[in-house]
Amino acid sequence: MGENKERYVLEMRDIVKLFPGVRALDGMNLQVSPGSVHVIAGENGAGKSTLMKIINGDYSAEEGQVVYNGKILGKRTIQETIQMGISMIHQELNPIRQMTVAENIYIGREPQSLKGFVNYKKMYADTQMLLDKLEMSFKAEEKLEMLSIAAFQQIEIAKAISRNASVIIMDEPTSAISDTEIEVLFKQITLLKKQGVAIIYITHKMDEIFRIADDITIIRDGKWISSGPIGEYDQDKVISLMVGRTITNIFPKIDVPIGDVVLEVKNLKQYGRFRDISFQVRKGEILGFSGLVGAGRSEVMRAVFGLAPYHDGEIYMNGKKVEIHSSQEAIANGIAMASEDRRAEGIIPGRSTRENITLANIRSFAGKGLINGKKEKKEVQRMIELLRIKVSSQEQLIKNLSGGNQQKVILAKWLLGKLDVLILDEPTRGIDVGSKSEIHSLMCELAKQGLAIIMISSEMPELLGMSDRIVVMREGTIRGELKRDEASQETIMKLAT
Amino acid sequence: MNNPIKASRAKKVSLGDIYSKYGVMMILAVIFIVASFLSKNFLTQANLTNVLRQIVVITIIGFGGTFILISAQINIAYDALIAAIGCLSCITMVKTDNVFLAVVAGVVIGAFIGLVYGFLVTFFNIPAFIVGLAINTIARGAILMITGGRNVSKLGNFSIIGQGYIGPVPIPVIIMFVLLVICWIILNKTCFGRHVFAVGGNPGAAEASGINVKSVIRRVYVLDGVLTAVAAIIFMSRLASGQPSAGDGYAFDAITAAVVGGASISGGSGNVIGTIIGAAIVGVINNLMNLMNVNSYWQQIVKGIIILLAVIIDVQTKKATSKAKKD
Repeated sequence: MGENKERYVLEMRDIVKLFPGVRALDGMNLQVSPGSVHVIAGENGAGKSTLMKIINGDYSAEEGQVVYNGKILGKRTIQETIQMGISMIHQELNPIRQMTVAENIYIGREPQSLKGFVNYKKMYADTQMLLDKLEMSFKAEEKLEMLSIAAFQQIEIAKAISRNASVIIMDEPTSAISDTEIEVLFKQITLLKKQGVAIIYITHKMDEIFRIADDITIIRDGKWISSGPIGEYDQDKVISLMVGRTITNIFPKIDVPIGDVVLEVKNLKQYGRFRDISFQVRKGEILGFSGLVGAGRSEVMRAVFGLAPYHDGEIYMNGKKVEIHSSQEAIANGIAMASEDRRAEGIIPGRSTRENITLANIRSFAGKGLINGKKEKKEVQRMIELLRIKVSSQEQLIKNLSGGNQQKVILAKWLLGKLDVLILDEPTRGIDVGSKSEIHSLMCELAKQGLAIIMISSEMPELLGMSDRIVVMREGTIRGELKRDEASQETIMKLAT
Repeated sequence: MNNPIKASRAKKVSLGDIYSKYGVMMILAVIFIVASFLSKNFLTQANLTNVLRQIVVITIIGFGGTFILISAQINIAYDALIAAIGCLSCITMVKTDNVFLAVVAGVVIGAFIGLVYGFLVTFFNIPAFIVGLAINTIARGAILMITGGRNVSKLGNFSIIGQGYIGPVPIPVIIMFVLLVICWIILNKTCFGRHVFAVGGNPGAAEASGINVKSVIRRVYVLDGVLTAVAAIIFMSRLASGQPSAGDGYAFDAITAAVVGGASISGGSGNVIGTIIGAAIVGVINNLMNLMNVNSYWQQIVKGIIILLAVIIDVQTKKATSKAKKD
């Protein structure tokens, strides 16, 4: 397909993007032909979103050029980029639910009869014409709160077309829609191609790549790896190009005696999110949970920890069936969890480090109703030293600690009490290298002491280095389980995609 | 083993830090000094005792309001609840001629209303603001109906609570300080107090740490109801009559006291000592304006300006604190 076109509609030439301390993009290249679908494939953290932000004007590159219809683009705002004909459909949509389809599409640029007065007749007529042209099933007058997420996406596409977009960037468009809706989207894309629109499609779902792509560009760690028509690739080649790097030296899991099964989950199900989830964790074991964003790993663990419901299935602790419908019940059964989002669920920002550490176990310091301040300070001190938490004093507000230290505080919070199973959701995300390895060695130490650990992680080296076994999830089910010696980047990705 | 505690590092203290610890006290001190210059009658024992007595009802409601604000909730029904709980307590007095029973009745009713409020917020997920509006209206209508719109009189010994003295100190003032100590202990020395701060500071993290957020919120409303009841009893007792149309403006004053004292509208912070100082600030300013024969309408305008300033300062010092500490 690419050879027939004389000119590319959009190009990136040797783009370098720097942030303090890191080369986010290092020599990025891209060539998009009009009327084609160009997939950009890469793992989490490969640089896909940075790349998109350079295209849509959010960031400007330190080196290299972005070329649109043969013209080099300078510094511009997102608005200007849209007006030029490059539109982006984000992964996180922002529909205005109380407004109609037409109002959403024309928000900010409503057709006016008199200056300041909206010409509703024209707006609705134009919108309906557009919807018909794009063969979209809903009507211009419908309110968004009545429509589905897939419809919001369609509306974003319509918005882009109404702005005469010649390039539409779609960021993980199928992460939140059903299979039938995916078919509708693909039909839409084919229609757009016929009209000469170029689509830059970001995904890491293998089957979609091979269905929809005309061309593909693979990136890894901010670097351009490979580009070409999709016919020159197969799944294995794409995966190995996406992940192919040597594992950097991180603290590997030491061999510890693995004991009895502590937690067993059987056929756990949550409507619309996951089903048939069965696994076991043993004393001294670190069980890795792998999968793409949206696979359902966090949802499963939140259900096991009582923060979310489950509609079918059973949970057993030390062989006994338990009912877990709240975090209090989970904790009473010896299960603790450090959530993925520290800000939202990990810390009480306005309180001291000390109060955050004792948050889950404050009752153990309150003998006859009143908190024993001395006992509390002593225990907190012990934790600070044990985990090497860098604070100027126990009273320092936790919001002023670094990410790594905040994570240590969260771990300290759970370690203060009696635990059988510790669930860690992305334990070292966004944490500096030093704290990362300290947390890893702490996990090994805890496993040695007999704790069972479940670790959800999207970082390959961490997963491969720390897990005794790895469970791989995809779209709400478990696709497979790999033992430490069977696991590799390729075998995991194969199951995850 | 390295010692990670840097004990002797000079701490960078920002303006926000200083204000949050000492700000309200400094403001009260300044206003005190100004008042004593502007009116020679200000610094007399009689006048100061009067000021203290005037702020009792608002302060006690304010204690409840402090708990409510810390837990990121809101109660705007105090106006009608003063009248409703107060009059019901008076009616109990008239019917049983027993002060103790009347007080118990008031407290139980207050606790019950708090329970209902908390239940509506946590179980039906109705925004607290709306629940407050509804309860305020219903309570007002109900008590006017029950009393037939007439004051409840002939309260006998009931008035001792509001009008009595122990030595030179009015009983209501003693009650206020006792409650100050009790509330301070609850907030700072009990697990419940910790949980209240956690729930208001970050309910998601509180729940993820094993705290039953809804249960904490319900208990906060019950506590608030009990404190409102005590305030209501003192209020009616001082007037020696149960007035079903009373209470106007008390919700605003109580919340002002709490916010001036350091409680944040967005939840997560507040303290009872600040609340009493906040009430004192407003009380002294009102007292000063009375001594200087300022038009009472001016007093209303000044009160409104005070709460605006208090909230602005609250927001700005929070911004200053976080800016100064970003390493």
